Amino acid sequence: MARILVSEADFDVGAEIALLTAGRTDIGGIGCFIGTVRDAVPQADAPVVSALTLEHYPAMTERAIGRIVAEAERRWTLLGCTVIHRVGRLAPGENIVLVLAASAHRQAALDATAFLIDWLKTKAPFWKREEFIDGASAWVEAKDSDDAAAERWT
Amino acid sequence: MITILYFAWLRERTGLSEETLALPDAGMTVADLIALLAARGPGHAAAFQNRRTVRCAVNQEFADPATVLRSGDEVAFFPPVTGG
Repeated sequence: MARILVSEADFDVGAEIALLTAGRTDIGGIGCFIGTVRDAVPQADAPVVSALTLEHYPAMTERAIGRIVAEAERRWTLLGCTVIHRVGRLAPGENIVLVLAASAHRQAALDATAFLIDWLKTKAPFWKREEFIDGASAWVEAKDSDDAAAERWT
Repeated sequence: MITILYFAWLRERTGLSEETLALPDAGMTVADLIALLAARGPGHAAAFQNRRTVRCAVNQEFADPATVLRSGDEVAFFPPVTGG
């Protein structure tokens, strides 16, 4: 039922919502989260990031996302779910990740969407490397705040 | 034999994305393997220097230091994930 995709290509949010809802009249609400590349880092006032490269563990990624989606489906009554995560080199402003969760009611749709992105950030094998406008680059470090966000669902 | 995969800065520090190793003894755990790999050279030592920042998956499932390895396993080492 869930649509899970790891891709270098961009996604079309409208087309994905249309695909999720095609032929259905039982959906009452769709939660949507779109993660995008930002050019600022918390330590700096001015834009400093020129690109982001996402690496992943191909053999594991879709399976790990599938487990996260299965856990969301166990916790909430979902009528459809889409997770698309991009990999490769992305410029500021580009899409990184799309999470859609459809349900009969808004609370389940919104909660499931928040759960899915919180767990994706801590339990799916992706790694970000930032390139900076001065030519340097560095792996993004995992944040304690992301762990805390994932923990609130346990 | 086991296959060992490295991702992100573990790949950069070891200089390898993949290597194979004959399992030296039955009952070897992930922690035992890390100790063995860390002694392989300066790149490996740097990769495993701070073991609290190294995560592991065995056969594409998250594993912990006590996980026991078997011949044919695919063992991956990587930093804490930062997707999303």
